[in-house]
Amino acid sequence: MGKKTVIHDVHVEQGARMVDFGGWDMPVHYGSQIEEHHAVRTDAGMFDVSHMTVVDVEGPAAASYLQHLLANDVGKLTSPGKALYGCMLNEDGGVIDDLITYFLSDQRYRMVVNAATRDKDLAWLEARATAFDVEITERSDLSMIAVQGPNAREKAATCLPEDQREAALSLSPFFAAQLEDLFVARTGYTGEDGWEIIVPSDRAGELWLCLAAAGIRPCGLGARDTLRLEAGMNLYGSDMDETTTPLESGLGWTVAWDPRDRQFIGRDALEAQRREGVPRKLVGLLLEDRGVLRAHQTVYADGEGEVTSGTFSPTLSRSIGLARVPVGAGDTVEVDIRGKRLTARVVRPPFVRHGKARV
Amino acid sequence: MSDVPGDLKYTKSHEWVREEDDGSVIVGITDHAQSALGDLVFVEAPETGSEVSAGDACAVVESVKAASDVYSPVTGEVIEANDALADSPELVNQDPYGDGWIMRIQLADPTELEDMLDAKAYEATLED
Repeated sequence: MGKKTVIHDVHVEQGARMVDFGGWDMPVHYGSQIEEHHAVRTDAGMFDVSHMTVVDVEGPAAASYLQHLLANDVGKLTSPGKALYGCMLNEDGGVIDDLITYFLSDQRYRMVVNAATRDKDLAWLEARATAFDVEITERSDLSMIAVQGPNAREKAATCLPEDQREAALSLSPFFAAQLEDLFVARTGYTGEDGWEIIVPSDRAGELWLCLAAAGIRPCGLGARDTLRLEAGMNLYGSDMDETTTPLESGLGWTVAWDPRDRQFIGRDALEAQRREGVPRKLVGLLLEDRGVLRAHQTVYADGEGEVTSGTFSPTLSRSIGLARVPVGAGDTVEVDIRGKRLTARVVRPPFVRHGKARV
Repeated sequence: MSDVPGDLKYTKSHEWVREEDDGSVIVGITDHAQSALGDLVFVEAPETGSEVSAGDACAVVESVKAASDVYSPVTGEVIEANDALADSPELVNQDPYGDGWIMRIQLADPTELEDMLDAKAYEATLED
């Protein structure tokens, strides 16, 4: 038996099919993954993402610690509540994890890291923290619900304290605020507008039921995966890991090279790779033939590459994927699907954004 | 509870077989199988004229999440594949024992059917 979120029993009552996900017993769908996907693209859906790990970083050296730890630069964060996406690298420039950091105040940041990488992340964070005056606190007392879709914020606002609704609805994209006991962030992993709400665990079940009553459809992690892939967002462990750098993973934009004297972990390795030439790149694939792209299929393109994530896109009604290919790959490639070489077009993600096809 | 029609034969790997009057059989996947797979988005049926042996992986059904093999329950020649599934794989979800059939096979040995599970035996495998 895996670990359970506090909303677990409600999921089962709501008809969820539960599967193991990184050691957690999580809903994969509540009947139809495709309908859940469309609900998020056209209306509002919600995900229990309480398996993710919330970590608070506090202390006089919080900023300088994170500037050393992360390839993106929290020095860019000057407005309270602003969020920053980026990678935590090892000395070789390999990705230990990707994460979101929220700037709360000069001495206080909140990070949300992946569930499957929790143990190694916390060990890494603690080990790097010894040289800094900071305190690292895992917030296992908190749960997290993502509400996503064009109507998600409006519907979810009815579950917030009345005097906090306006503040929540006026949050700009990629900003968060602590509103009484709820931490509301206008972020997500679907390519749609919405919030990620961090809630004290003893109130999470009640919030979930309120959101459901407000017309937000419960969605499983199956739909979360097709939504993030359509949105061109990487999944840790599939699209990048410790053997790949951000530059080979479509994440060069999350590496802050300036200021040049900021010595973040992995910087030397990334600079060396950039000097010598990045050998591989992560691209989007749109399958021209019938079939479904899946992780680990071989890609033929100026040498060999590999599909890192693949699925059927419910919005585009065809198969899409991400693949790591030699840097010289052209506009079309061939993918080996069960012994047949099928044609795929190389595209720049996202495939879908705010409900609309982009390829 | 999934639907297990009494007039069909079954395999442990969740295929069903319907005997036709001309000595051929229609093959599909069971209601239990389609439900476990979830929304199907792609079906690769075998080519007409191909020879299959009992237990061969001869077709592929893909849901959003994953690809699964369909095993031929019998030995013989594929004489027809359900072309409608190319454009409408969801027929397997909607009508697994009807419009969602996958292929029609001319049996090499009609006695092969005798060893297959009947509805009751198949239902018992689902309870394990």
